[in-house]
Amino acid sequence: MIEQHISLLIVAIPLVLAPVVAVLPNGKLPWLATTVIAWAVFMLAWQQLEMVSGGTSISYELGGWPPPWGIEYKIDTTNALVSLIVAGIAAITMIYASKSVTREIQESKISLFYAAFLLCFTGLLGIAQTGDIFNLFVFLEISSLSSYALISMGKKRQALTAAYQYLIMGTIGATFFLIGVGLLYAMTGTLNMADLAVRLPDLLGHGTVNTAFAFIMVGFALKLALFPLHLWLPNAYTYAPSVVTIFLAATATKVAVYVMLRVIFTIFGFSEIAATPADEIFLVLCVGGILIMSFYAIYQTDSKRLLAYSSVAQIGYMMLGVGLGSMLGLTATLVHLFNHALMKGALFMAIGAIVYQIGSSQIKDFAGLGKRMPWTFGAIIIGGLSLIGVPGTAGFVSKWYLVLAAIEAQSWLLVIVVLVGSLLAVAYVWKLVEVLYFQDGEAGTTEVKEAPLLLLIPTWALVVANVYFGINTDLTVGTAETAVKLLLGGGS
Amino acid sequence: MNMTSENLIILSIVLPVIASFLILLADKKPNLREAITLITATIIAAVTITLGSRVLAGERPELFITEVFPGISINFAIEPLGMLFALVAGTLWLVTSIYAIGYMRGHHEKNQTRFYASFALAISSALAAAYSGNMFTLFLCYEILTISTYPLVTHAGTAEARKSGRVYLGILLGTSIGLQLLAILITYAVTGTLDFRDGGILAGKMDPSYAWLLYALFVFGVGKAAVMPFHRWLPAAMVAPTPVSALLHAVAVVKAGVFTILKVTIYIFGADFITTSGANDWLVWFAALTILLASLIAMTKDNLKARLAYSTISQLSYIVLGALIATKLSIIGASMHITMHAFAKITLFFAAGAIMVAAHKKEISQMRGLGKAMPLTFTAFTIGTLSIIGLPPFGGMWSKWYLALGTVQAEEWLLLSVFMISSLLNIAYLLPISIRAFFSKPADGVEYTEIKEAPVPILIAISITSIMCIVLFFYPDPFYDLAQAAVGGR
Repeated sequence: MIEQHISLLIVAIPLVLAPVVAVLPNGKLPWLATTVIAWAVFMLAWQQLEMVSGGTSISYELGGWPPPWGIEYKIDTTNALVSLIVAGIAAITMIYASKSVTREIQESKISLFYAAFLLCFTGLLGIAQTGDIFNLFVFLEISSLSSYALISMGKKRQALTAAYQYLIMGTIGATFFLIGVGLLYAMTGTLNMADLAVRLPDLLGHGTVNTAFAFIMVGFALKLALFPLHLWLPNAYTYAPSVVTIFLAATATKVAVYVMLRVIFTIFGFSEIAATPADEIFLVLCVGGILIMSFYAIYQTDSKRLLAYSSVAQIGYMMLGVGLGSMLGLTATLVHLFNHALMKGALFMAIGAIVYQIGSSQIKDFAGLGKRMPWTFGAIIIGGLSLIGVPGTAGFVSKWYLVLAAIEAQSWLLVIVVLVGSLLAVAYVWKLVEVLYFQDGEAGTTEVKEAPLLLLIPTWALVVANVYFGINTDLTVGTAETAVKLLLGGGS
Repeated sequence: MNMTSENLIILSIVLPVIASFLILLADKKPNLREAITLITATIIAAVTITLGSRVLAGERPELFITEVFPGISINFAIEPLGMLFALVAGTLWLVTSIYAIGYMRGHHEKNQTRFYASFALAISSALAAAYSGNMFTLFLCYEILTISTYPLVTHAGTAEARKSGRVYLGILLGTSIGLQLLAILITYAVTGTLDFRDGGILAGKMDPSYAWLLYALFVFGVGKAAVMPFHRWLPAAMVAPTPVSALLHAVAVVKAGVFTILKVTIYIFGADFITTSGANDWLVWFAALTILLASLIAMTKDNLKARLAYSTISQLSYIVLGALIATKLSIIGASMHITMHAFAKITLFFAAGAIMVAAHKKEISQMRGLGKAMPLTFTAFTIGTLSIIGLPPFGGMWSKWYLALGTVQAEEWLLLSVFMISSLLNIAYLLPISIRAFFSKPADGVEYTEIKEAPVPILIAISITSIMCIVLFFYPDPFYDLAQAAVGGR
């Protein structure tokens, strides 16, 4: 029974229960409910991935209406992996939330906060699960609207402008996407992705189809904060409550990258895209993003903003693999999708733990904290090393495949860009580590103690995962390779 | 010991890590903390010597840990060259630990717990690097070694230490990620493997006309070998406490660098492929220039540790040059120089630290006449000096002998003269220090009556290493045999 409806349940459980959480009394109860839901969905997502890991796919017809008339949820290895990332991060973030949310969110808004979180969760899962492009738009709006609300709940007043900025940019992005979908529908008469993939090859090169493609790409480039459309992201990550930053940084952009993959490889097919300048444009933007955004990160004075700019640079790495369009390149993209969720999750959690203790995310206030908060400090070091891509960490695995892909394509410029990007990462990671390590800060920091266990456990769970997936790549690389075979096979 | 060699490998890597945690736990009990260090170092020395005798007897233990990527695994496999390096690092850790106890207490250093804990971690990664069975594992250990030594370099926590730490990390991580990793990835893309194999893995797979580029990426990518222009980190690292400079920045870390180059030369490229492809044609001149320039810079340094640091840069390039020439004899010479230079240079650093603790002097110009107050220290310093110069009856003679023979074998007369000139430069920048200490009067006419020799642990350590310099002249056999086994195949 569960197995049969698993693809629907993953989306339906949080969607149906979100309004229930909203009316629960404020206090611990909403947290408990959300945690149970997140873990349940995580289990289901895990099971779903196991069902499709062999390379088969699940097709679920909503309401029994066969596609292309009804909405179809079509799960293959790629989106099963993405759903697992989203659900896994949500589950771990929820443990973290019990302490962090109580401190950062007003007592009267707690149940609303968790309800909004569940809706955002639903939206992201829905985007990953659905096989219908209009349905995808609906879930996109669910996740976006709820994340505007979540960001605006940040403690500082700037959170409101950050949310507003994101609202404007996000709406433009979503509108562009909808225009693109509309144009595709006008040309093909279908909204089902698999069906689109069948019908589009005959129409490629047609002006309307090209326009649709451009609208969809620009729309989602906004959502995933591809340089130079990233302007909303640093503010949003900096001023959002810690839990929201952790969750969005680790999942929202990943889901957007997934949609890019789907649209480019499943719906349109890479060989057709390669005929347009789209892939070259991607490469140029990625190179610009990696280099310029890493430089920006170095000069930040706020730790959350530093990591936010780093995220924009990292998105460049992910899209680089898409631009290359090769087996190795896409493997790198999917592996980095997973690994980056782990490292940014760990880092934002560690920073969140410091913010929890000292109430500031300014780097200058961190002086000498390493000794007072050794476990948090250790998490930042290991997370940072993973971000740099030091061997033995998950980040290295991503870099390994990305550079191999660039070498295979004989594009030495990209090889250099990736490696220089790592060196810039050394600079901004060490900027944090150095401040935490050396002790000549003001005397005020001597009172600070190590963060509570409930913050440290999820942080270290991700830290350990960073090391584990740096040494054992069966799950990440294995799954990614299966997924890429399907993507490349289905597209052309 | 009846343990299997595989278990001994695990022991030598895991035990220092455990010790490091125990040291952290014994934070408040200095004597217990130092006892942990000493006991661990003794066990490690015994384990390394046991493994050494087994490898000399022909055993080649291997240990598979896990496969990371298809065709790439973390595994350890001891071959003669790695054993040679491990023997040096493993045994000298014990001597340095004895020394460190005298130094750190005598010098009233802060944060000693962190110091000993990081030290143990660094040794673990150095031994792991020595035993690495493929280039991936070696790279992994190489990076861990860089990071675990960072707290040691910045130990003082001053603005200067912080700046040096940046230079240290910037150059070592920069070269390893920017160049070495690239070289490793190209090697993997070309050959599909990263295993160390006799005769190399590149021959026949790689277009020989590009071999020089890949070789250059490796040689410069191994920043720890301090080939100019990537040498600045080593003088910067001298801000660390002297035991760190002595063991890590004269032995473990820098030798891990030249060791990596030797490994790449022998087991990735293969000496034949290097000479036939001409990969070393112009690279040798970088090493040759480093030898000469670093010696010249050493002369201008008045700070003793800085002078020793530049001397180390110069001596490291002996080994690099020996590897680059890639004849049988030059590689034997280069491998033996790992040992010979290690014992001589650690003696010099020990002496420098002893002078710092006992007389509080860092500048060479202030050491005139100090020899009478600290005769043992300066005798040791003289022995170290002579061994570095390469005179009999000191161990340093043998490695220089084979390095010179190597250039003859390759008929590189200009490079031979580089070695000869460099020996003269060694005399010029090292010997005057002892001569003035023994035979000159103090500059301001003050007699050093109140200055005595350094604490006993320091003297024990200095005596051991300086005696070893002489012993190695008469019994270089284990190291020679290992070096020969490395070039002669299994």
